[in-house]
Parts: sequence; structure tokens; C-alpha cells
Amino acid sequence: MRWWTRISNTLRGQRLDREIDEELESHLEEAARQGRDTAEARRAFGSALRLREQSHEARAITWIESAAADFVFGWRQLRKSRNASAAAILSLALATGACTAVFRLIDAVLLRPMPVADPGNLYVAAYTYTTFDGSIDRGHGSEYPAFVRMRDAVPEAELLAISYATRIGVRFNGGPEGERQFLQYVSGNTFLSFGLKPALGRLIAPADDLKPGAHPVAVISHDYWIRQFGGDPGVLGRTFHWNGTPVEVIGVAPEGFTGTETGSMTDIFMPVMMNAKAIGNPSWVWHRIWVRARPGSDLRVVRDKLRAAFHSFRREQVRSWPGSTPQQRIDEFVGAELVLEPAGAGVSGLQRHYHRPLMIIAVLAVMVLLIACANVANLLTARAAARAREMALRVSIGAGRGRLVRLVFAESLLIAVAASGLGALLGWWGAPLVVRMVSTPDSPVGLVLPFDYRVAAFSALLTLMVSVLFGLAPALRASAVEPAAALKGGDSSRGRRRSMSAMVAFQVAFCFAVFSTACTFTASLRYLLQRPLGFAPDRLLLLETVSAETVRFDVWLQAIPHIRAVPGVESAAFSSWPLLGASAWRDGVRTARAGLEASPAPYFLSVSPGWFETMRIPLREGRDFRPGDVFPGPAVVDSTFARRYFGEGSPLGQFFEKPATRDQWRRFDVAGVVGPVLYENIREPFLPVAYVPINAPAGQAGPAAPGWGTFVVRTAGSDPLALAPLLRQEIRRARPELRVTSVRTQEELIRTQTVRERMLAASSAFFAAVALLLAAVGLYGVLEYAVVRQRREIGIRMALGAQAADVAGRVSAEVAAMLAFGSLAGFGLSLLSGRFASSLVHGAGAGDPLMLGIPAMAIVVASALAAVPPLLRALRIAPAVTLRAD
Amino acid sequence: MAKPDSLQGSLDLLVLKILSRRPGLHGYAIMAAIQEISREVLRVEEGSLYPALHRMESEGWIQAEWVTKDSGRRARIYRLTEQGGIQLAASESRWLAVADAVGQVLRMA
Repeated sequence: MRWWTRISNTLRGQRLDREIDEELESHLEEAARQGRDTAEARRAFGSALRLREQSHEARAITWIESAAADFVFGWRQLRKSRNASAAAILSLALATGACTAVFRLIDAVLLRPMPVADPGNLYVAAYTYTTFDGSIDRGHGSEYPAFVRMRDAVPEAELLAISYATRIGVRFNGGPEGERQFLQYVSGNTFLSFGLKPALGRLIAPADDLKPGAHPVAVISHDYWIRQFGGDPGVLGRTFHWNGTPVEVIGVAPEGFTGTETGSMTDIFMPVMMNAKAIGNPSWVWHRIWVRARPGSDLRVVRDKLRAAFHSFRREQVRSWPGSTPQQRIDEFVGAELVLEPAGAGVSGLQRHYHRPLMIIAVLAVMVLLIACANVANLLTARAAARAREMALRVSIGAGRGRLVRLVFAESLLIAVAASGLGALLGWWGAPLVVRMVSTPDSPVGLVLPFDYRVAAFSALLTLMVSVLFGLAPALRASAVEPAAALKGGDSSRGRRRSMSAMVAFQVAFCFAVFSTACTFTASLRYLLQRPLGFAPDRLLLLETVSAETVRFDVWLQAIPHIRAVPGVESAAFSSWPLLGASAWRDGVRTARAGLEASPAPYFLSVSPGWFETMRIPLREGRDFRPGDVFPGPAVVDSTFARRYFGEGSPLGQFFEKPATRDQWRRFDVAGVVGPVLYENIREPFLPVAYVPINAPAGQAGPAAPGWGTFVVRTAGSDPLALAPLLRQEIRRARPELRVTSVRTQEELIRTQTVRERMLAASSAFFAAVALLLAAVGLYGVLEYAVVRQRREIGIRMALGAQAADVAGRVSAEVAAMLAFGSLAGFGLSLLSGRFASSLVHGAGAGDPLMLGIPAMAIVVASALAAVPPLLRALRIAPAVTLRAD
Repeated sequence: MAKPDSLQGSLDLLVLKILSRRPGLHGYAIMAAIQEISREVLRVEEGSLYPALHRMESEGWIQAEWVTKDSGRRARIYRLTEQGGIQLAASESRWLAVADAVGQVLRMA
């Protein structure tokens, strides 16, 4: 009989038994027909039951049958105490759901390999650099000429240049103004090296990447194709306008490939050669260099050759730097180290930005999971205690210990499976929720979050781990029952109660840590939101505008009076970009007092007259810019700048210089002093800022990149966005050269800056609430159990005249000790976790007494609430009734 | 009381041999055949026949099917499989070798 026959026999166990019986009956009938005495034949047969058992064992897989019986029994046990089981499953589901959600995020952001050939053999070149505040960091930005140099120097490896994902507005011929799409420029060998096959048409090939600006072709992503064109094959050959050039769609990338920048779904791929400005410019860092060692070549050799090429490129580059550049800066630049980072999962700023936050959330989720596990373990222990007599009976009639372990373990496995099923649903729903939380209109986050075998495997593993975690100890304990003692009615509940109390201590410790982490993140967010910015962000509208590069800023500024004339506008001005947006300009300066320093360098911003007034930045001394001011010439500095470069005296009438070209300096005379502002990052301290006029004399290059800038408008109404359509129109009407590309509020920019903190605060608060709830439920359960088990003892004590306080104290003493112990351990744990999270915490530091006091208070209150019902129950015990019942 | 098992652990071999000669016998007929051919020397213990049949079935040596007898009752009849044939040949030659060796010893001693 083949194994599947045995399995099918196992599944139809009762029918199998009937068949065996029938065969035996047929034998007896045959015997009778041969003239044998029926009774004699039956005797000769022996025990029919034993025969059936033997045959059954031969024909079916009995361990499956007994396991099935265990599960059926476990299921009945669960149903017997429906509320407790539901609570256990729900709390566990909440925790496993959180874990699954976090795993999905970590997997999607950091682990999941891109759907390309041999992702394990993909690396990206990273270089060390010194940041403006003097620390060492690593970046990927590469100049295209550097890429060419390295590519030619290392035949042992395949090098790809892939640009950062940038957003462009796309308008297809004959179509309406489209949304802004993510675009990546890729070198011609990229799709080939990635081993991708087109879903439609063809992909960008090496032949599409030969001459700068000569290959107006694009490949669109499968997702974009479906979303925008409904999967219409007619998309091939359609053109869209890009920088004034029509670009033709030649193909659709395979489904699932969303570019190399994890977190941004790239919609459009174009050949690197179409990024013409970056191709020839030796100082534009626009690309990442991807490296794949060819089969048989050593990655270390590749890296060493890349380093040599990289350093020779940098040495050439500094030759064109101004002679005034400090030697330290040159040394840093030339001495930068090149390393190859594994990049099979894609490379993006999102990964770097959210690496640590995700790890912190993962730790919180695991802590909550452990708290939930402790709860279920206690529940099972209590239930096993109630079944001690049953277990003892089973042992006495010959059940093996292993059989008992399996019996109890089957129950925990059932709980775990049910919880994981529910948890998977929660995780399915929760992960995209977090993605939405960190996604902003300005930088939408798109992550591939499939529910595939990786997630399923994680869920299964989690289920198994969790059931072992909470199920094994109670199962072993239950199987170790002493039949004689248990059947006599005495019980060994002391050890059991101790282990349950230990679980409470453990829960409280973790709960404390989770809660304190949540408090810290919340306080940090609060600090950021309440920080004085140096300007008033309310009712401030920012209109990002573009024009042809030939349109001078004098022309742009002519739009300002028209904007001011719009009803509902209080004031309006112009700057090259808004404060606390993504853009910044930093440059070294020297004064009579201080020579040129490499870092930290002050910020610069080009603004129009009236900008300070619109932003509500107070003018402390001197004057604002006037319409006639041009660059270089007068400058307005903030008080931080003034103090740093001119000391305590008034800086009015003094000047500072900034390197222009080789051996040339530009001189700026300080015309005014304004209050300090947060320029780039809401987390920074106030740093020196210098403002310069946006206008330059006719025929000279100005301070700002031509062709784009931001109108800043202070509105009177409470909803500044209501004015947006009117203002768009008015600007267009005033100066037809100008086109407003996006309208945002200053408050939105500030919100964008705190997205990570918001996400951390919200998710940690969620975990803290769950942890507190679970710990309280756990405490309630343990106390309730203690009261039930000690009912007799309490009854006797009360009969002998014990006071209520005495009874309450006796019941709760051990648990209270565990609470104190757990809080202490949690205190230590919080200090530890605070150190881990310190780089993400602003303002109030971890270890702040408040951050430890709030969790302690919360735990005390929650425990008190949880302890009330069991204690009342203990006090309500009527000695006469209790003692008679036993 | 059942008679002492006179088969000396060779029940499998006998059942396989009988089925190789006469396929399609039910349990009782197999038992009867063994007794008849051995002229009542070998008696099958009825209680051990069916577990042995079921064990051999799960080993894949024999296969079974249900047939309806003249009396209207169903009977389960067995026949040898290919694998059972191989098993039969192996255990038959082993048995003969052992019997031969035992005979040798008896003659020499």
C-alpha cells in the first residue's frame, strides 16, 4: 500500500475500522459455512478489538490520528472558556500583526532583492566626505566624467551609471497636464546587465546611449503603463515633452521592476546621454555608480582599481578649484575613501533615513509580542492548573509524559495559528498605513509590499516561535504532574504561581521600556513642533515657479505688485527657494576677523526686497534690500552670522568676502541685521545665514540658478490654499513667461520635515498603549488566579477573623513585589533603549526624569485598575460557603 | 485456547506462496489452503492472519479488493503484486538455504 493510501486511510479512520470488521465477519461466516461451530471460530480468533487495532495500525498512520485527536481536544478546551481564549488570541494577533507589518516594511525597504539578475552581486560605489558641520559621512553622488574614467579603468567589472530618481512633470502629446513622475537616467547597459526583458517594445540598449542629447527615447514602468494607459499597446511611439524635446516611448519595463531607488517607484527611464547637462559637467553629482564584478574576477581587485581611477579623477578636479581653497578641504576631497556597498536591495535615501527608525519599531513590536506571549503562557498555566486532576488521571491510566506535552502543546499551537492568521491580516493592513504616514505630496513613498512567500515564511516561523515561547513551559509543567498529590486534592500551585508572577515582572519591564520610548519620541516631536523658527509660518503660501532660463529676475519681480494687489494677500516677496524646503546654499566666507574656514560654512539665500517683512523676520539693525540692490553688493546677515564673524559690535558698515572664481573674491557690505532663522533643517541649531539680492547687473550671472524660484505670499484668510488658483492666474497674467509648477504652504514644508518623528511618535504610542493594555490584562489574570487558588486559605483566614487589608495584602504581596522589580528592570531597559534612539531624539533627551516618571505613573495607575476586581472578589469570599464547597 | 503456532515465523512466506499459485483468495481460503496442502501439519493462528495480511498489504507485497460472495456478503480477496513476487523469491531462497543448513547439521551430528 502506498503512503498516500495510508494517508487516505488515516483521514477516513472510522470507515477503515468498519472495513476491517467486515473482513473479520466474512471470515467467521466462511468458518460457519465449513461447518465449524460459531463460538469455537470466534474463540479461535481471539480479541476482535485487538485484531482491529493491529490491522488499523498497519494500514493507517496512527501518529497523525493521535495528533488530530489532540487538536480536536485542544479546540474543545479553547471553546470551553471562550472569552479567555478570544482574549488570548486577539492580544497575540495584535502583537504578531505588528511584527508582521514591521517585517514587511523592513523587508521592502532594506532586504528584498530587486527583481534583477544576480542581485547579490550588485554593488554601489560610496565615497566618504566631510559634512558642513565637520562630521564624516558617506555618499553615492558621482560625476559622469568620473564614471567614464572608472568604467574604462576596470575591465573586470561592469559599471552602470544610474541617476537619482528625480520628479518631472510629464505631458503626453494630446494629453492633459500629467502628474509629476519619477525619472531615472540609466546607462545603456543597465537593462542588459539587470537581465530584464521588456513587457512591450524594447528596452534601452547600449546603442541608445552614445551621443549627448541625441537619443530622445524612454522606457516606462509596467505600473505606469497600466495606471496611465490602461495597458494599451498603442503607447509605443507616443511622445511626451521634456525640456522642450519630444521624447518617444520605445518600450515597457517588465512588471515588478520599479527602478533602483527603493521607496520611489520610477515611472520613466531615459538614457544617461539625455541628461546632457550632467554628462559634460565634471562637478555635477547626479549619478550613482553601480558595479557588478564580471564572473571570475575578484571584487577586491575591482575595488582597488576603482579607487585608483577615482583618486586620479579627484586630483585633476581640484586643479580647477580657486587658489583660495583651504588645503584641508582639498585634502579631504582628494583623500576620500571609496567603498563598494552591497546594493542588491536597491539604494535610496529612504533606506538611510528609515534604517534606524525601522529597527526601533521592530524592537518595540518584539517587546509587545513578548508581553502578549507572557499573557498567553499565564493563561495556559492557569488552565493547566485547573486540569491538574484530569492530567493526573491520564498519567495514572498509563498516558506517557510525551503524550501529555503534546496534548497541551496542541492547544497552544491552535492559539498561535489562529493569532497568526488574524495577525497576518493586521500586518497586511498595517504596513501600507505606515507607508502612507511617511509619504508626503512632495516626496511620495512607493514601496512594493507583496504578500508573498517571504511574508508567509516569516509568519509561519513567528507562529512556531511564539507557540514554543508561551506553550512549552506550561506543557512541560502540566506533564510533570504528580498523580498521587493531584488526585488527593492538594496541589503544587506555589511554583506555578511564582512563575506566573515572574511573567508579570517581565511584562512590566518591557511595558515600561516601550512606554518610555513612546514618551521620548512624543516629547521629541513636540519639541520640534514648538521650536521657534525665527519666522511666522502660518498663512504663508509658497508658489514654486519656473520660466525659460533667459528670463531675468528683474522681470520676475515685476509680478510681485500684481500679487500684492490680489484681495486677501497681505504681502508678497520672492526668494530662490523657501526656508525649510529641501534646498540650501552654503559657502565659505572670510572677514577681517576670521580667515576662510572649511566648515561649518554659513548659509546663503537670494531674496527680493520685502522678503523679511513677508516672512516676519525681525529687522534688528540697518535696512532691508532696496529695489536697486544687485549682487554682489549689499548683504543682510542674521544675528548668528553677525556674532560669529564680526563679534559683539555692530556689523553695519563692515564687509565679508566669498570666493568667486579662481583667485577672485566677492565683497559684500553688511547693510542690515535680522533675527536668526532655521534655514534647512528643523533639527539644527540656529546657524549663520547671509542674504544677498536676487538681482544681478545686466549681463552678469546672478547668485541664483536662472529659471526657477519661489514667490512667498502671506495671506489674510485662514486657508492660504484657497487663494492658490487665483494667484496662479494672476502670475501668469502679469508675466506670461512665468509658470507656477506647485503651490504649497510653509506649514506643509514643516510637516514634511517632521515626518519621521511623527511616524516614530505615532507607532511607538500605539505600541505603548497595546503594551500597557496587555500588561494590565496579564496582571488581572494572575491576581484572579491567585484569588481562585487561595480561596480555601482566604476562607479559613477570614473565618479566623482576618481583616480585609490583611487578605488583600496576602493576595497581592507577591505580585506587588514583581511589579516593583519589573519597573526597576524596565527603568534600566529604558536607559539602554534611550541611548540606541538618541540620534533620533531632539530636545528632551532620553533619561529625562519626565520620560521615566510618566511610564511609572501609567503603570501604577493601570495596575491599580487591573487589581481592583480580583481584590474585591477576594474580599467578598464568604468563608462558610467556600469551606462547605470543598 | 488457540493451538500453538506451528508456522515458526514463516507465515508471510506461506501466504505469499499460496497467493502466487492461487491469486484471488480471501483470508479464510488462504488459511484453509495452508492447512490442506500441509496435510493439517501447519495450522494458521486465525488471530494473526489478518494483521499479517494488512501489514503485507501496506508493504506493497499484496493488494486487496472487495468482491461480493454468493451469500451476498462482501469478501476481501488478495493477490500478489510484482514487488510481492520479488519478496517471495528472496524469502523462499532464504528459507530453503536455512532448511538445508539445518538438515546438514542434523545429518552430521
